[in-house]
Amino acid sequence: MECELKARVFVTLKNGVLDPQGKAIGHALNNLGFASVGAVRQGKLIEIELDERDEAKARAGLREMCEKLLANTVIEKYEIELKA
Amino acid sequence: MKSAVVVFPASNCDRDAAVALEQITGNKPAMVWHADSEIPKDTDLIVLPGGFSYGDYLRCGAMARLSRVMQDVIKKAQEGRLILGICNGFQVLTESGLLPGALMRNAALKFVCKPVGLTVTETQNVFTRRYDAGQRVVFPVAHGEGNYVADAETLDRLEGEGRVVFRYAPGENPNGSARDIAGILNEKRNVLGLMPHPERVCDPLLGGTDGRAMFESLIEAVG
Repeated sequence: MECELKARVFVTLKNGVLDPQGKAIGHALNNLGFASVGAVRQGKLIEIELDERDEAKARAGLREMCEKLLANTVIEKYEIELKA
Repeated sequence: MKSAVVVFPASNCDRDAAVALEQITGNKPAMVWHADSEIPKDTDLIVLPGGFSYGDYLRCGAMARLSRVMQDVIKKAQEGRLILGICNGFQVLTESGLLPGALMRNAALKFVCKPVGLTVTETQNVFTRRYDAGQRVVFPVAHGEGNYVADAETLDRLEGEGRVVFRYAPGENPNGSARDIAGILNEKRNVLGLMPHPERVCDPLLGGTDGRAMFESLIEAVG
């Protein structure tokens, strides 16, 4: 199947939700000598190939995917990036 | 009391739950596979057991929530049937929207597996009526993602409505949970989710019997 659009979905913790993993990564970077590293927050990147030409439709579908499965919107937010 | 235990791929406390239920209720629970479409009709109590359903892919409980049997569990929860979610079962309940909030990675980023002191903070419900309010019990915990999170408004509401049933005893919070919350009820009080394992402390051979009163409460409530 030739895919028409490629999406990248970034799922990250909402502002204000504590991110102990991000904190641990920050500490580790500091310990490696990267003194300029301040706050670190981590998340997920999900790549999705879509058999869809219409960008608006693709976006609407992706938003629904995020709400239904990809993100837990109690604690997470998402951003969608689309490329042809 | 008739009970059922849902078995997801990578559930690993389903048999612990089944043994405890059979010992205490005298009836063998129905073991219901995740791909089944229905829980037996005469079931009083549905247990969602501990484990790592679907390998914890994406988020703990996120995949299990979409399984076929969960559609019936959600329906039965809405009809008022009793649902007990232990550990991964609690995670499945929050992912399903049957309980508010979410369970995140433990604050110290470590899997914790040890007995933990709890306070039974609420006894006006079918799950803990045989405990004394304020009673200290010890249940084991075994989880990497048990850090209960909800917004302040939700937490206030849970406390205000007497829906926080178990709290980690002072100084014993193993995972960073907000307000030391270890177990909560839904609004209708027929769904309980908790991270600690009552089913693992039902036989003195396993180090304690503090969990028995939960199943005895349910028997008393259901008759």
